[in-house]
Amino acid sequence: MTRLLRAALLVAAIITIPATHATAQDTLQQAVRIGLRYDPNTKPGVLVLRVPGVNGDSLRAILQRDFDNGDRINVIAGDEAGFPDAPSAGKNSNYPLYAKLGAVALVQATPTASGLHIAVHDVAQQKVARVRDFSLPSAPNSRDWRMSLHNVSDELEAWITGERGIASTRIAYIQGVRNGRLYVIDSDGAFPTPVGDDAGVMSPGWHPKGTHLVYSVVGSRGCCQIFVYDLSGGGARRLEAVGGGLNSTPVFAPDGAVIVYTHGEESGTDLFATTVFERGPARRITVGRGSDNTSPTFSPDGRRLAFTSGRLGHPEIYISDADGTNPQPLTYSVGDQNYRANPDWSPDGRLVAFQSQQTDGSFQLNTISLRDRSVKQLTSDGSNEDASWAPDSRHIIFSSTRTGSKQLFVIDSESGRWRQLTRNGGVRLPAWSPPLTR
Amino acid sequence: MHRASRALSFSVVALVAVGACKKKPEVAPAPVEASAPAPTPAPAPPPAQPECDAACMEARNSAARTEAIRAATAALTTTIYFDYDRSDITDDARAKLDAKVPVLTQNTGVRIRIAGHTDSRGADEYNLALGQRRAAAAKRYLTDRGIDGGRIEIVSFGEERPTCTDESEGCWSRNRRDEFEITGGQITAVQTSSR
Repeated sequence: MTRLLRAALLVAAIITIPATHATAQDTLQQAVRIGLRYDPNTKPGVLVLRVPGVNGDSLRAILQRDFDNGDRINVIAGDEAGFPDAPSAGKNSNYPLYAKLGAVALVQATPTASGLHIAVHDVAQQKVARVRDFSLPSAPNSRDWRMSLHNVSDELEAWITGERGIASTRIAYIQGVRNGRLYVIDSDGAFPTPVGDDAGVMSPGWHPKGTHLVYSVVGSRGCCQIFVYDLSGGGARRLEAVGGGLNSTPVFAPDGAVIVYTHGEESGTDLFATTVFERGPARRITVGRGSDNTSPTFSPDGRRLAFTSGRLGHPEIYISDADGTNPQPLTYSVGDQNYRANPDWSPDGRLVAFQSQQTDGSFQLNTISLRDRSVKQLTSDGSNEDASWAPDSRHIIFSSTRTGSKQLFVIDSESGRWRQLTRNGGVRLPAWSPPLTR
Repeated sequence: MHRASRALSFSVVALVAVGACKKKPEVAPAPVEASAPAPTPAPAPPPAQPECDAACMEARNSAARTEAIRAATAALTTTIYFDYDRSDITDDARAKLDAKVPVLTQNTGVRIRIAGHTDSRGADEYNLALGQRRAAAAKRYLTDRGIDGGRIEIVSFGEERPTCTDESEGCWSRNRRDEFEITGGQITAVQTSSR
């Protein structure tokens, strides 16, 4: 009964979201009638007006790129020189010009002493729809300044499309195919930054508030110990509770207090859980009876887990309750080989991304729906691995050999559009952060 | 010139004679080969053991022991290999593990570490677990044959420490392996009689 009710609410929510889009699209339809070139069925057209001031051009470029990376807004570039700087209402209104260019909204950013004043214009209504002052750190183009500006982009995307953007996020990853180091990079590819001094790092995972990273380290005596890194300056701390043997693929539970990880000694590897910030015992989750059980990922409500298990004799994605009970296979014969691994549960709970192996040994990324088990293949070029969802449950970061050595790429799981994030090869095991500003 | 060469062959004969008694195979063969192009084929000393006194016997036994210890160490540290995504002990691996059993049985002070490795093809994280399973499989094989499990440590490196990095079956097959390292104790007891 409760489940039915929840399902009904979910359906209602799904219906509501496209309804917002439909309103925007109605406006767009008019623009299309006057012959402008863009797809009205997907994205509202938004024009970012020229930004005055010393850093105006860089500021405008960042906002535009963030909108473009979000794949929910059609950024109208237009003729840069031809635009009046700001629309004026009334008899000599410029709004019809913007409408002609396909814009349903204008973003007008004006630098202030403490940051930015933002006005979003509704082109059809020919008026300012919303204003707000945002503060920015004082050092332009610094790491913090850019992240604050990404937060402005995400907020504006929410105003315009109803969905918050993913610009104010980062991606943790391993630089170096062997003996790699932990790095964090901004979602737009800026500031690849090393985290800590450990070599041999694998499998980074984010705290749900973005404050800590958890990862494993392969040492000279094999795999691995688990460490928690405090990004606010506390450094790395080894988790004593996990003990000896193999300890790998840690992930935070959505409550941020517990991690689940793989522990193995002599009889296969199983998932275990322990508390991170207070001392507590390690408790066993899966009962694999000598098989390999690894790479856990939580459902967003923290009640269920998906993981890779070799209990049928080959790697397959399984799903179970968070305490390990009721394990069932989730994936089936996707790909040419009996090899499916590395699940990542989407933040909206609807899909699990995973990789399946092909005859030539390469991996391709897929998503499987938890509602009807329908599978969608996302990649086909090169070998594509290590999927991690963005907070929008739409974009996925992954490693790929499609341009040669392993690099990180972002794919829009809805349109298939992708972009390359890193340029320095030998990169793997990415993990997308939660929203980092709010 | 002629005299020098004769002098050389004489000294070689002397060396070989000494070698036959002391039985130091590492030293003896090298000069013999060096003398091979000598025009006069030196009358080789009879290979049959001449009179070997107690000191000679001791030296001979000592050399045999050294060789046996070397062979036992090699048997104990010989790498074994696996099929793709498998941790089953193959026939080839079984023979190599069988050769380790007497070494461990006779040298109870010796401790070893078995490190499981994989090729580069599977998922990196799953391969850590697979390497662990391969190391555990070899350990189980040895403990099933009476070796105390407390003497055997197992670790996994997954695909993180390859011996080669080409993307070919030739290289992959060399990376799907268990390596054996002596971590404590010394091999002192060896079977010399059977050799």
